[in-house]
Amino acid sequence: MAEKLMKYADATKKYDVVFGLETHVELCTKTKLFCPAEVHFGGEPNTQLTPVSLGLPGSLPVVNKTAVDYAIKLGLALHCEIAEWSQFARKNYFYPDMPRDYQISQYDKPTNGNGYLDVELEDGTVFRVPIERAHIEDDAGKNTHVGGADGRIEGADHSLVDYNRAGVPLIEIVTKPIEGAGDRAPEIAGAYMRAIRDIVRALGISHARMEQGNMRADVNVSLRPSADAPYGTRSETKNVNSFRGIEKTIQYEIRRQAARLDEGKEILQETRHWDEATQTTAGGRVKSDADDYRYFPDPDLVMLHITKEHIAEIEAQMPEMPRERRNRLKAEWNLTDVQMRDILNADALDLIEDTVKAGATAAGARKWWLGELSREANAKGVSLEELNVTPADVAEVEKLIADGKLNDKLAKQTVSGVLAGEGTPAEVVAKHGYKIVEDTGAIEAAVDAAFEANPDVVEKLKSGNMKPMGVIIGAVMKATRGQADAKAVTKIVMGKIKG
Amino acid sequence: MTNEIVKLSAAEMAAKVKSGEVSSRELVDAHLEVIEAAEPSIKAFLKVSADVAREQADAFDAKSADEKAQLPELAGVPIAIKDMIVTKGIETTAASKILEGWVPPYDATVIEKLKAAGMPILGKTNLDEFAQGSSTEHSAYQTTHNPWDTERVPGGSGGGSASAVAAFEAPLALGTDTGGSIRQPGALTGTVGVKPTYGGVSRFGAIAMASSLDQIGPVSRTVLDSALLQEIIGGHDRRDSTSIPEGPRPMVAAAREGAKRDLKGMKVGLVKELSGDGFQPGVQARFNEAVKKLEEMGAEVVEVSCPHFEYSLGAYYIIMPSEVSSNLARYDGMRYGLRVMPPAGVPQTAANMMSYTREAGFGDEVKRRIILGTYALSAGYYDAWYGSAQKVRTLIIQDFHNAFQQADVLVAPTSPSTAFKFGEKMDDPLAMYMNDIATIPANLAGVPAMSIPAGLSDDGLPVGFQFIAPQQRDEVMYKPAAALEAALEEDWGGPIWQSMNTPWLNAAE
Amino acid sequence: MPTFTREEIEHLGDLARIALTDEEITRLQGELNVIADSINKVQEVASDDVPPTANPIPLEAYLRPDVPETPLTQAEALAGGPKTEAGMFVAPRILGSEE
Repeated sequence: MAEKLMKYADATKKYDVVFGLETHVELCTKTKLFCPAEVHFGGEPNTQLTPVSLGLPGSLPVVNKTAVDYAIKLGLALHCEIAEWSQFARKNYFYPDMPRDYQISQYDKPTNGNGYLDVELEDGTVFRVPIERAHIEDDAGKNTHVGGADGRIEGADHSLVDYNRAGVPLIEIVTKPIEGAGDRAPEIAGAYMRAIRDIVRALGISHARMEQGNMRADVNVSLRPSADAPYGTRSETKNVNSFRGIEKTIQYEIRRQAARLDEGKEILQETRHWDEATQTTAGGRVKSDADDYRYFPDPDLVMLHITKEHIAEIEAQMPEMPRERRNRLKAEWNLTDVQMRDILNADALDLIEDTVKAGATAAGARKWWLGELSREANAKGVSLEELNVTPADVAEVEKLIADGKLNDKLAKQTVSGVLAGEGTPAEVVAKHGYKIVEDTGAIEAAVDAAFEANPDVVEKLKSGNMKPMGVIIGAVMKATRGQADAKAVTKIVMGKIKG
Repeated sequence: MTNEIVKLSAAEMAAKVKSGEVSSRELVDAHLEVIEAAEPSIKAFLKVSADVAREQADAFDAKSADEKAQLPELAGVPIAIKDMIVTKGIETTAASKILEGWVPPYDATVIEKLKAAGMPILGKTNLDEFAQGSSTEHSAYQTTHNPWDTERVPGGSGGGSASAVAAFEAPLALGTDTGGSIRQPGALTGTVGVKPTYGGVSRFGAIAMASSLDQIGPVSRTVLDSALLQEIIGGHDRRDSTSIPEGPRPMVAAAREGAKRDLKGMKVGLVKELSGDGFQPGVQARFNEAVKKLEEMGAEVVEVSCPHFEYSLGAYYIIMPSEVSSNLARYDGMRYGLRVMPPAGVPQTAANMMSYTREAGFGDEVKRRIILGTYALSAGYYDAWYGSAQKVRTLIIQDFHNAFQQADVLVAPTSPSTAFKFGEKMDDPLAMYMNDIATIPANLAGVPAMSIPAGLSDDGLPVGFQFIAPQQRDEVMYKPAAALEAALEEDWGGPIWQSMNTPWLNAAE
Repeated sequence: MPTFTREEIEHLGDLARIALTDEEITRLQGELNVIADSINKVQEVASDDVPPTANPIPLEAYLRPDVPETPLTQAEALAGGPKTEAGMFVAPRILGSEE
C-alpha cells in the first residue's frame, strides 16, 4: 500500500521540520564493555563469550576503562559537559539476542551531556547541531533468520542467535530536537553523520564502518505548522545504516507526514524501518506502554567517577578535530572550496596528507590520488585505501619526476607497475629499465624526422599556431619509446622553428 | 567414631587434621555417612557431590606438610554449599525448575577460594526457589526439615545449609543473605549464621536475587568457625564491582579474644524498635537473659532508637522484588535451563516461548515478586515506589549511623518466632514476610550482622540472638558473639545441640 | 494508594513475560493488594530532601584494564542451551501474529 507523498518543496514550505538523530557508534576496544572477552569481527559463533556476556547466572559486570576513556574523548570532541559522577542503569526488555534480557545503559546520569557539533555544509554554511547526551551502553547479539525469504525476519521459521556481539561497547549520541533546518534537514543530517564518522575515526575510538554496523542511526522526524508551534508527533525510523539512507529517510518522512497532515490524518508515534529496495519507510510497531523499560540504577555496578584531572589528561592527548584539520590543510595546500570538496568526496584527505608528509608537493599528491588512482579505484570498485599503492610509493614517484628521472608517461607506467604488485617504484623502474632519454642528438634526429613527416604542422607552428605541437611531440615520443623528456622535446622543437 | 568426629567444631576437626589424627578423606567419609542416614528425614541436600568431595579430600591428603602449612586453618575440613552459588561441573539450580539440569562452566569466587583452601565440597543444599522465602518450603524440589523438630521448617531461604550444619551433615556451609536468609535459619536451627558487610565477600558466582542486598556468608555451629570461614571467603574481588577493595577483617582474632569473656569498655545498643510487640514471649525472654549475660561480662547496655526501621519492611519489599524482576529476566528458555513451547493454538513465537517457559519454570512466590517488582519499576510508579524506597534506605543508614555513635554493637532478636510448622504461613505471604522484620535493616544498610543461639524457647525450640556491627567492621560483632556463646554454653553445660534428638546419628553409627 | 486490577496484573505478566493463568491472576490480585497496602507507607517519610541510596556501600567503580582473558569454548557456551544448531542458540520465530 503506497503512502501518499507531498512534493518535497511544498512540504518544507508548508511545514516546519524538526528532526533528531540517535547515533550508535561501536567502540573498537579490545574487549567487551563489561567483561574481558576479546572482540573481533567475524569468527565462529558464540566463541567470544565469558559467563558475563553470555548472561550466565551469578556473573557480574565490570566496566572496561578504555571504553570509558573513549567516551570521554568523544564527549570532549562534542563539547559536552562530562559528568564527574555517572551511572549505569538497566533497560529492561525481553529479546532473544539479549543475554540478560536487560541492556546496561546510562539513563538519568550519562557520562556526557549537553554539547554541540558544528557541521559544515557543501556551500560552506556552518550549522550547529545541539547534542543532548552521549552515553555508554552495551550491544546485543545477532539473530540470523532461517526459513523465510532472503533471511528476513518476516516469515522466518526460527532464528539462530550468536552472542559474540553481545556486550560490545557502544556510545549512543543523541541530538536535541534540531530546529531551523527547513528544507536542508536531510543535508544537515548527512553532514552531521559524516562529521561524527570523521571524528570517531580521528579519535581512534571506532572503525565507524557503516556497512559492518559499526555505526547506525535512529532518525526522528516531526512536522509542525510553524516554528513557534509545539512539536508534532514524531516517527522514529530505526537502525538506518547508510548516509544516503539517513538523508532519504528524512526526505521521505517529511513528504509522507506532510501529506497525512494535509489530509487531516494523525501521525502515529511509531517505529518505522527504512527499506533500501523501495526507498520508503515502512510502519512498524506503534509505541505503547509495552515500551515501559523500567529503568533503574544497575545494582551490580557502582557510580563511575571521572575526575577533572583525568579529563585534563585525556584532553591533552586529543588529536586535531577533522573540521579544524580540513581548514588548516585547505589553507596550507592553497585549495579552493571545490578542490577541497573533491578531496573529501574521494575520501583522499588522509592519503594526500600522508603523501605530502612523505615528501611530495600537495599539488603532486592531489594529482595522483584524484586522477590516475581514483580512476583505477573506480574501475576496480574498491576504495583508494584498498589499492596496492601507498602514500610513500606516490611520494617516491613524485620525487623521481622532480629529479628528472621520470617523465609523466614513465611515471604512470611506474605506478601501474606498483599497482600490479611489481614492487616499489624504484624496483619497477629498475625492472623495466625506465629512463628519460637525455641524448639530445637522438631527440633532434627524431624531431627532424617528425618535421619531415608533417610539413603542414611545421607550417602552422612557424606561423605561431602552437596547437598541433602535440603531433610532433607524440611522434618523437613514439620514436624514442616514451623515454624522451617532453620538456626537452618542446625546447628543441621551439629552437628549430625559430631557427 | 563417626558420631564423635562430626560433632566436633570445624576448628577442632582442622586441629585433628593438622595433627594427623584424622585425614580429610576420613572427615568427608564420616559426613557422607551422616548425610546418607539423615537425608531421608532432613532433606537438606539437593545434590550430594560425594565423588567430588572424596577427590578433593584425597588431593588435600596427598599434599606435603609444607604445602599444607601454607593453607588456611580450615584446610581439609569439608563444607556444604547453598545451591544459590555456582559450582563448576556440579549441577546448580537455585532450587528452581527453570534451572533444572544446569551444570555451570565456571566457579563462583568463593568456591575458587574454598578449593584453594583445600576444603572439599560435600554438595549443594536446599533453599527457597531463588532464595525467595523464609521457610525453604518454596523449593521446587523438596522441603527441608528442622532437625530440632522434623514437623517444622528450618527457616529460609537457607534452610538446607542451616539444617545440614545443625544435623551434623556438614561442619560448615555457605549461605546467601538478602533479607535474613542466613541468620533467620540460623536462629530457627540453633546454629550460627553470618551476613558479612555488603561487599565484604565477592558475589561473583552467587546467583543474583537482589543485587544490592545479597551477600554470601558462613553457616557453622560455633562463632569461631564462622570467623575462620569468613576470613577464607572474604576480601576484594575485581570481578565484582561492589566488592570492597580491602582484605578481610581480623575476625578470628576477635572471636578468640571474645572467648575470654571480657567485654569491659564495650557499649551494646538495644534497638528499641526490634522488640516487644510481635516477638514471641519465649524469644523475648531468652533475648533479655542473654543481654544480661553481656552486662555481666562488663558490657554497658544502652537503648538506642532507630525510628525508620518501621519502614524497612516496606522499603525491602519494593527494592528486593524490583531487583528480582530484572535479575530473573535472563531465565527465558534461550541459553540454559528449561524451555516450554506454547500450547497448540497459541502462536509459536519466541515471546510466547519465554512466557510459557517462565510460567512453568517459576513457582508462586517467585512469580509474585517478579510481578510486584515489575510494577514498582514501571513508568508512573517508579518515583512513588522505587524512588521512595531508596530514600527510606538512606534514612535507615542514617539511623544506623546515629545508633553507632551511641553503641559499638547493636543487638536484637534474630527472628520474632521460633520454627513454625509446615504450611503454617504458606497462604499468607505477609505473615511470612514478617519473619524478616529484624534482619532486613542490616541488608538495607549493608552492615554486617550475625545470629547465634540464645537458648531454647518455652516450646523447646532454638532462639536466635542477633549482633549488628558498623560497615566493614565485622570483627566488632565477633567478639561479643564469642563471649556470649562461651557464657551461655557454660550455663548449659555444653553446646545447645546437646538438647537435640539426633536419631539419624544412631543410624549412622 | 495502588490497587491492582485484573487488567493491570495481566499487563504486568506481559511485561514480565509470564503467561499467568486466570487462577493465578485472581490470587495475585488479592495478595498484591494486601502487600501494596503495607509497603505503601514508605512514601510517608520519602520527602524531597532525602537523597536516594542505590548501593549501601559508597564505592566508585573499579575500571578494568582492556586486556582479553580466555573465553568460554563454544561447547561450554552452548552446553546449557535448550536448543542449539550450527554453533548457535535456536529461538522460535521472533515475529508473530500478535506483534
